[in-house]
Amino acid sequence: MRSCRNISALVSQGMDKKLSLRERFAVRMHLMMCTRCRNFQSQSRFIRKAARRYVDALQSRLDNKS
Amino acid sequence: MTASLLLTEQTLAAQRPVLFRYALLQLRDSALADDAVQETLLAAWQSAAGFEGKAGLRTWLIGILKHKIADHWRRSAREAVAPDVDRADDGEAEEDDYFISSGHWNGGPKAWADPEAALKQQEFWAIYEVCQNNLPPKMANVFMLRELVGLDADEVCREAELSEANYWVIMHRARLRLRECLEIRWFNNTLQDKRHA
Repeated sequence: MRSCRNISALVSQGMDKKLSLRERFAVRMHLMMCTRCRNFQSQSRFIRKAARRYVDALQSRLDNKS
Repeated sequence: MTASLLLTEQTLAAQRPVLFRYALLQLRDSALADDAVQETLLAAWQSAAGFEGKAGLRTWLIGILKHKIADHWRRSAREAVAPDVDRADDGEAEEDDYFISSGHWNGGPKAWADPEAALKQQEFWAIYEVCQNNLPPKMANVFMLRELVGLDADEVCREAELSEANYWVIMHRARLRLRECLEIRWFNNTLQDKRHA
């Protein structure tokens, strides 16, 4: 069985590219049993969302200034 | 010169948002960023023949934009505050702090209470900024190119001169770090307030 170290790395990669069928299956199986890796996945998605909001806010803050 | 035929005003204009975000993060001033993008698009338009189509339009445009940004720093003699994105930092072995030798989490991600609500709170954004600024410079640069500017993974690799393998490692570490920082500084602290709110 793959470790959390390994699965979390795949979770990260999965955010930027399509994983192989084998990898996706391994991730899915692992996530069913592992709360922490599941948390890592949703938190990584949250961070992506936050980063976009952050840059939007930065942009409008700067727009208002000028 | 078939390449130049492909460079219509529309194709150039379509790249504007990405270029603007890129310039904005470097210059931190929307008027300056806008100027730099404007100059870039003009230069691209004038030297369409220089575009070989190989590296991808966006990569080529960012190359031009970087020159424009560098020109700006030279002109304004503010080089001291120019972001030093090239400084190398390896942070090797630091990932090991996040896992124990068996590969299990060392501590690891806890459940976060209502992250959506955090997005609406101004205090959260101050913390987010601190956490993002706490990333080592090179890691921050890669993270920002991907998540803030919105480049694709392979564009980030070209831009930051990274192998694909390195890219995965750096992005993963950036997420591990940011996650931990947000957990410690925000989600752990606000858990209590949330429940009573």
